[in-house]
Amino acid sequence: MTEAVVVKSVKVVVFQLADKEYVIPVSQVQGIEKLIHITRVPKTPPYVKGVINLRGVVTPIIDLKNRFGLGESVLDESSRIIIITLENMNVGVIVDSANDVLDIPTDAIEPQPEVVGGLEQDFIAGVAKLERRLLILLHLNLILNPIKSGV
Amino acid sequence: MDTSQYLEMFIEESKEHLQACNEHLLELEKNPSDIAIVNEVFRSAHTLKGMSATMGYEDIANLTHKMENVLDLIRNSKLHVTAELLDVIFIAVDQLEEMVLDIAVGGKGKLDVTDTVQKLHVIETGEEVPVAATTVEMKEEIESAQENWLSYDDYELTVIHQSFEQDYQTYEISVQLREDCLLKAARVFMVFELLEKMGDVIKSSPSVEKLEDEQFDNTFYIALVTSEPKDDVQKKLLKVSEVTEVKVNPVTIEQIKNRQNSELQKVVETQELVVQTEDTSDINDSPRTSSEKSNPSKANQTVGNKTIRVNIERLDILMNLFEELVIDRGRLQSISEELHNNELDETVERMSRITGDLQNIILNMRMVPVETVFNRFPRMVRQLARDLNKKINLEVIGADTELDRTVIDEIGDPLVHLIRNSLDHGVESPEIRKANGKPEEGTVVLRAYHSGNHVFIEIEDDGAGVNRQKVLKKAISKGLVSQEVAATLSDKQVAEFILSSGFSTADVISDVSGRGVGLDVVKTTIESLGGTIDISSTEGKGSLFSIQLPLTLSIISVMLVELGEEIYAIPLSSIIETAIIKSSDILNAHNQKVIDFRGKVVPLVFLENVFDVPRDSKEEEFHSVVLVRKGDKLAAIVVDSFIGQQEIVLKSLGEYLTSVFAISGATILGNGKVALIVDCNALII
Repeated sequence: MTEAVVVKSVKVVVFQLADKEYVIPVSQVQGIEKLIHITRVPKTPPYVKGVINLRGVVTPIIDLKNRFGLGESVLDESSRIIIITLENMNVGVIVDSANDVLDIPTDAIEPQPEVVGGLEQDFIAGVAKLERRLLILLHLNLILNPIKSGV
Repeated sequence: MDTSQYLEMFIEESKEHLQACNEHLLELEKNPSDIAIVNEVFRSAHTLKGMSATMGYEDIANLTHKMENVLDLIRNSKLHVTAELLDVIFIAVDQLEEMVLDIAVGGKGKLDVTDTVQKLHVIETGEEVPVAATTVEMKEEIESAQENWLSYDDYELTVIHQSFEQDYQTYEISVQLREDCLLKAARVFMVFELLEKMGDVIKSSPSVEKLEDEQFDNTFYIALVTSEPKDDVQKKLLKVSEVTEVKVNPVTIEQIKNRQNSELQKVVETQELVVQTEDTSDINDSPRTSSEKSNPSKANQTVGNKTIRVNIERLDILMNLFEELVIDRGRLQSISEELHNNELDETVERMSRITGDLQNIILNMRMVPVETVFNRFPRMVRQLARDLNKKINLEVIGADTELDRTVIDEIGDPLVHLIRNSLDHGVESPEIRKANGKPEEGTVVLRAYHSGNHVFIEIEDDGAGVNRQKVLKKAISKGLVSQEVAATLSDKQVAEFILSSGFSTADVISDVSGRGVGLDVVKTTIESLGGTIDISSTEGKGSLFSIQLPLTLSIISVMLVELGEEIYAIPLSSIIETAIIKSSDILNAHNQKVIDFRGKVVPLVFLENVFDVPRDSKEEEFHSVVLVRKGDKLAAIVVDSFIGQQEIVLKSLGEYLTSVFAISGATILGNGKVALIVDCNALII
């Protein structure tokens, strides 16, 4: 009867965006891809970078940094596209780098602190403090709300 | 038993059997005395009953059971096929279909079928067909005799005989289990174990295999040879939990023999009776040969090809993988062109050929005969004709014409609409037809055929046709056409008005010729599939709706064009032609740049502006334009240059990017990059 058995944990992918670390549950991540050619889709919001050919499937790509209102991502060698599966919908998000896979105990997750502020706060489901790291959990449903019509 | 793994199979097969029922029932209506057809329906119903019972769908099993009983009476000539009887059976089939569909969408397949069961019961017990009452009773008697008592073969009789000689008793035992018994097989096992300690089980009904598979209701029968007294056997068996009733009947060898003889006789009697009634009912039919009679089902059975059911998603995955291969092939080709290595060239060439063949095969796998849509129409037409009190004969031609699965899925509803329309407003009532010197029975032809890269589906009726005056009057009042122009329109042009949206309002049905119940919706659907619809109609003679559809939706021909660094695809179906124009040819009309194209003023659409293509703007002396149309309207799309015509595989942009302005989809180019497909309809207002 060790306590570790009782404590539930969630496996997450950790990625870097600006100077913060964010996490997405592994169950929602389909894969992590290197940057490939992105075809721009006109008349879409600025955070929609376009579409890529992901092994024969046309997959939309959004710039998470731009979505959070943190400016444009600068694409470089460490940039990655995390392919997220959400209710039969595949969307890739551009992140600065994908670092790690971690187990976060569920009781380490706290609601979003009031002080975080900024545009991104709507998208934050909670934060988890793990040793010295502060990991931000995302509301993928809100971030990846389908784009209904051309703007 | 966990049956979830069989669920998909169950649903598919049930649908097939129900379809078969529908088809055969319709046939039966035309040839009410053909017992072979009844046998087919019976077979389907029987299989369905078995399957649904195994899967635990009681309502379906109940209803099919009742249906089966009625069918059984028909095939034994104790009932005659009437339209009313078929109505009830059709309702039953409808409800079965409903239940199966419910299961398919995750439901439990429950439906209140008591009414239908009641109706079937009325038919079955002969309350409405008193003539058949006596024979029905007899039939039941035989059935119960067969059900309740075991019959023995020669070997078993010998065993019984020998056991009597050795002073053993033979008991026929019926064991009834509780209705909610969960592990019937386990109980059966316990019963058998007990019995085998007491003596020898020589026979059981149902067979041991079936008992182990739980293929019985709640009662089963066993013949036991033993030296134990009757009461002991009974008491011991009642000790088994969940056994509610045990009956032990001692039988003698004489009894068994007598019984079997009399049974045989009864069967022979009924068979004679069957033959008799059949003969009387068949009196008007042409005499059939005896060989035909002996195996009536075989003639009707179609020789099925060996097939395998594949989920369409898997085919899509295969297709995607294959496209990857094609893209790599493209790369290999360009590499080999650079290297000029003979062997490499040959290999790449061979590979191209093989992948080309492969592509054809994969595309063909997605092709489904249009039959899958057509076969629901005879039933619908029958019902509608009865509802409308019209006599209609539906002819189906070319049901084996193949279409892509994606098209098949979409085309059903528009066709239903058109057929309803033809029946409701096209074909006149028998009285009017007679008065107009036409045969009372109207004919509706449903036809499908291939032509070039297209499939045509036509619906033709010999009804009243489009009433020119009424349609024109309506069109003028709706402001669709002026009085002066109206007079000059051809009949065809007039007929096409009924496809416009102004004609779809409810009051039109009574006012105008009646045609045009939401036909604009039909038109939109078909156009969204990349097809066209055409009407030709002659007043008093009938109408023909002709639908032209592309063979497949997944592959279309496009013109690839370049805009800066970007490549776009314009569907060939909307392109009229391409042209190069001089800057000096561009005219200004109210801030809108236009060109004079063969005497027509055509607005220019600068795609780079519409799509905000990032680039250094430079003034060019010549412009490449693609002339596209939407209906009668034209537009000239200005691009940088043409790359060429190509067949591409259509891909959607996914759930995230729904309805992006002027983009209808995407495709993957030979270099692996994505190109967007321009929706010309959105560019022309």
